Amino acid sequence: MLTFTIRRLILSIPTLLFISLVIFLLLQLAPGDPMAQVPLTVPPEVKEKMREALGLGQPIHVQYWKWIVQFFWIEPQVLIDHWFGTTFAEGKQRVISWQTRSPVMDIVVQRIPQTLWVVGLSYVVGILIALPIGIYSAYKQYSVFDQSGTFITMIGFSIPPFFTGPLLIVIFSVQLGWLPSIYDTTHVVTDWESFKVQFMQMGMPVMVLALQTTAQISRYMRSSMLDNLGQDYVRTARAKGLKEGVVVMQHVLRNSMIPVITVIALGIPAIFGGAIITENVFKVNGIGQLLLTALFANDIPMVMTLTFIFAILIVLFNLIADVLYGVLDPRIRYD
Amino acid sequence: MTDTAPIDPYAALQDKEPPKAPRSQWKDVWDQFKHHKGALFGGGFLIFITLAVLVGPWVWQVDPQKLDIRNKDLRPIYTAIWDSTAAVRWGNPLGTDNLGRDILANLIAGGRASMAVGWAAMVLALLIGTTVGVVSGYFKKADFWLMRFTDLVLSLPILPLLLVAVTLFRQPLRANFGPEGGMFILIVGVIGLTSWMQTARIVRGDILALKEREFILAARSIGTTSGSIILRHLLPNVISPIMVSATLGLATAIITESALSFLGVGFPSDFPTWGKLLADSVQRMEQYPERVILPGLLISLTVLGVNYLGDGLRDALDPRIRGR
Repeated sequence: MLTFTIRRLILSIPTLLFISLVIFLLLQLAPGDPMAQVPLTVPPEVKEKMREALGLGQPIHVQYWKWIVQFFWIEPQVLIDHWFGTTFAEGKQRVISWQTRSPVMDIVVQRIPQTLWVVGLSYVVGILIALPIGIYSAYKQYSVFDQSGTFITMIGFSIPPFFTGPLLIVIFSVQLGWLPSIYDTTHVVTDWESFKVQFMQMGMPVMVLALQTTAQISRYMRSSMLDNLGQDYVRTARAKGLKEGVVVMQHVLRNSMIPVITVIALGIPAIFGGAIITENVFKVNGIGQLLLTALFANDIPMVMTLTFIFAILIVLFNLIADVLYGVLDPRIRYD
Repeated sequence: MTDTAPIDPYAALQDKEPPKAPRSQWKDVWDQFKHHKGALFGGGFLIFITLAVLVGPWVWQVDPQKLDIRNKDLRPIYTAIWDSTAAVRWGNPLGTDNLGRDILANLIAGGRASMAVGWAAMVLALLIGTTVGVVSGYFKKADFWLMRFTDLVLSLPILPLLLVAVTLFRQPLRANFGPEGGMFILIVGVIGLTSWMQTARIVRGDILALKEREFILAARSIGTTSGSIILRHLLPNVISPIMVSATLGLATAIITESALSFLGVGFPSDFPTWGKLLADSVQRMEQYPERVILPGLLISLTVLGVNYLGDGLRDALDPRIRGR
């Protein structure tokens, strides 16, 4: 298992490098000019100087190499400096956003808490709802509960978040006036009252995202439970007189969780990147919204760094899912 | 001794009952498919909506782009049931938008665009996925690199890359193919190029198993070339997983197109699609909720229908489940 993990880790390095090259080359084709916002009164030679200051005049491979060095060498040093108070990265060039002229990673660190709170919480809520639904509808296959559960998950599967979002806003903010339609990031939780406000404003985005998660995971849970309920060991467990609760909740559930856990692990990268639409609907200024504004503003270093962070997360969690699968299921052997 | 009827020794051989028509595979599939109510409704709705957007412009001959500023902001005709003061007009049964464009005509035109993008992107993804899957399953030499490539594309962050690609290539394609044609090619292209991987994996797995079977060995032993083995013997056997992933592909393509339009990177502003109609109406949805709900409902119902169709197809095409 350890050799497998190490081999996969080493293999993921060329993968990530290739992905970064693809993203970089794609962005090189961008027609936008970061100097487009500069007033026309600025003479062309000054503009050329400014462009060189952004590192734009150099050949492509030099630009790519510089980005690699900044991302993999200098940014970790900044992180170490931040943690231990050392001065490794002092005076070194970091990845700078063209929009704000500040380091990209600083902005990302500012935005991550909002995304983690809203999207991460919705993922947890979605899983907590999905598991019991999946278990019970598999246990009572073709019952009314199962039929309606399947129907609801199918709906959750099919309704896109850019429709459920506005729909919930119309119902809960406009008609009923219960929940605020815009997420206020500056709100600080200090006491019970402010916690309630925070809870209310997180309600709708969490509902929208949790519906999607629930739909996906309860389908997996149901089919995985169904696979296991028909197995011989279940009959053996019943035959030797175990209680039904023990059979289902211990024997079957533990075996059915194996594929579900890997699906849950595979969905985690989407927490960081996939909520672009929901963050946009509810005006949550998280990572997804940051990517969208950076795209529209032609802020190439920001887009490059964010997309690459998403790629790292996807590769990492793919690896984690594979390793988890091997650890949890002794029948799986990677050789 | 009583008289007994003479026994015809050949009676058993002369079976009078006409032989039943032989059962074909597709008849079995249909028999199983019929039992899945959701799939029947889903397939029916998909056919209905496709026909509606195809025939619609001839039945409802209102130009979706025609501005009628005197009759702007009309409500749908059914709002008159509970609100007698609502501005309604029989000429615009679903109302008009803030520039007086007819919403029914816009929904039909938007449906045409959304369905066209969905079908085209699905076909493109299927073509790429099947080709990659067949080639890497059949030819051992290509397998390693093609599958590494598939894994690599699978680990790309799709939605961010879609957004990047659409914003980057909008200008050159618009210049070459016109604003609408360019965007159509671009959106179909990016959706197709980023959603073929699952099909490729499934097809490869099936081909790997099939090509070890005796009938392939027999075909090869009489000198059939690789090309015709693939076309005559392998592809017909993998048609069922391809059909199932086609339905999933159609659903994702419709949703992705609407999402791109919703984020404002889709078709040009005067070209309606369902996602675009929805996005444009979000600003004023307190006064006119129907302008959000109608296109949203159409997207959701279509995708729901397609998903149910895929569910039913998967059951019907699986010979282990069939007949139960």
